[in-house]
Amino acid sequence: MASKKLKHIKKYIPLYIMMIPGLLYLLINNYLPMAGLVIAFKDVDYRKGIFGSDWIGFKNFEYLFSTEDAWVITRNTMGYNIAFIIINTCLSVFVAILLSEMVAKGAKRFYQSAILLPFLLSMVIIGYLGNAMMNTELGFLNKSILPLMGMDPVSWYMEPKLWVFILPIVYAWKEVGYLSIIYYSAVLGIDTEYYEAASLEGATKLQQIYYITVPLIKPVIYTMVLLSIGKIFRSDFGLFYHVPLNSGTLYSTTNVIDTYVYRGLMQLGDIGMSSAAGAYQAIVGFIFVLISNLVVKKTSPDNALF
Amino acid sequence: MKTKEYYGIQILSHVILFLSAAVAIIPILILFSSSFTEQATIIQNGYNIWPKKFGLEAYEYLWKQRDQIFRAYGVTALVTVIGTAANIVVTSLLAYPLSRRDLPGRNFFSFLVFFTMLFNGGLVPTYLMYTEYFHIKNTIFALLVPTLLMSPWYVFLMRTNLSSMVPDAIIESASIDGATEFTIFRKIVIPMGRPIIATVMLFSGINYWNDWYNGMIYLTKAELFSIQNLLNRMLADIQFLSTNAAMAGNMGEMVASIPGTTVRMAIAAVGILPIIVVYPFVQNNFVKGIAVGAVKG
Repeated sequence: MASKKLKHIKKYIPLYIMMIPGLLYLLINNYLPMAGLVIAFKDVDYRKGIFGSDWIGFKNFEYLFSTEDAWVITRNTMGYNIAFIIINTCLSVFVAILLSEMVAKGAKRFYQSAILLPFLLSMVIIGYLGNAMMNTELGFLNKSILPLMGMDPVSWYMEPKLWVFILPIVYAWKEVGYLSIIYYSAVLGIDTEYYEAASLEGATKLQQIYYITVPLIKPVIYTMVLLSIGKIFRSDFGLFYHVPLNSGTLYSTTNVIDTYVYRGLMQLGDIGMSSAAGAYQAIVGFIFVLISNLVVKKTSPDNALF
Repeated sequence: MKTKEYYGIQILSHVILFLSAAVAIIPILILFSSSFTEQATIIQNGYNIWPKKFGLEAYEYLWKQRDQIFRAYGVTALVTVIGTAANIVVTSLLAYPLSRRDLPGRNFFSFLVFFTMLFNGGLVPTYLMYTEYFHIKNTIFALLVPTLLMSPWYVFLMRTNLSSMVPDAIIESASIDGATEFTIFRKIVIPMGRPIIATVMLFSGINYWNDWYNGMIYLTKAELFSIQNLLNRMLADIQFLSTNAAMAGNMGEMVASIPGTTVRMAIAAVGILPIIVVYPFVQNNFVKGIAVGAVKG
């Protein structure tokens, strides 16, 4: 019996061999760093090596949470994510419905490509584009748009309050094209019979959108939102670093956990603080993923991650 | 039966989508147009949608700096080609066995891949491990290996697609005919899974082309900078080009005469150009890829 099972598994040895490079990569790129989270509980000393350094318990976390930064980065990370979820979902569902209603094929294709284009640009490039718009002396806004409306130039990179609006606008600019494709394909998946039946009954187009399209893509919207809520403790580092040009004046409204960890490690060399903030993000973030997935599983089991 | 409402909705969609498309494109247009504008005009009128006075100073300046820019282009191209090739090999070699329903331990291995999507160590341990134990700092591996070499999302995307694209019966009959697993993979799985392989290659290629994060973290020496890292460095420090010019011994070149404001836009334009050129050709695949979930949100 045992030898039969062994023989059975033997047949699959080539398949296991195929998986070795990928699994090895996961070990190095993902699992070792997970184990490395213990450094948040250590006083890192390079001479003793990372795993050989002394344990100091929750000291790093105590320092972190005694600063005001801990509150600011938590508020910013979650606050922006909530704003992004609401704004981007509304805009992209709206765009998807407009695209699906549009009859002219060529125009539809053109609009879709144009709106998707920003999604292909890197955040460094978007930092340049932002600068072309918002540069104080030369920017398109200060030189062309604001004078047209009879307004004074604004020092965009000096006013933290403005960034509460700028960052969601930039992020929507980049992401709506991508999200609208997902919702658009959900609309395309709706059985046309519903619409035929509705127009036979005399339903207007707007009624059809309201009573057929929106309810039928609701599960997709719901799932996408829940998945985003699962990622509420993570943020797009480039958006918060490159677009504000890493300006110190703006930290109060642009600093998020990811940028805090980066600056702590690379610019201040404060491994204790940044590893504590990183571990805080990893653990709380994981809890959010679990909770959001639990909800997805209850409401639409097919879309649950696990 | 074309009612008033029908025309109303058509016109409304055209107006709104046209405006959205304009908003999407205008900043990119300003970037290109400013790079083709005379420096003096920019200083007077600012960056604009259309060059008021055409000038090539910025590109002439870039041409003088071509060693550095071509080098960065070369690094980006090299990393994109090698990285994408490595990615597709590693990803498909892992995804195919996981797509086989009969593989013993399939769920366990799938979970190993899956768990990395839920939880990760973050920057600090990753950075310390790659630099202290694997010594990738200031090597080409810094641009190739971390994060980009294999994405669990693509593994799952490919696993799901392969199990529906390649019927079990074909694999079984090939195996009865005496084909080894590697032959089955090469002769059957790869040809039949071509669409999903192409999609993953496209996305992996874009990820490598656009990446600045690895270079920003693991590179301090400019020789290995990709085009994105060069852009990043210049955005962070506009002085970079001028000091380099001074070091290169362009004595006649006064620092003040460097067309800084237009050069900035020109080099960013040079960075975007390949994407804009390739975009129309890959657009269909790209849209399909997003629809099947190839991009992590």
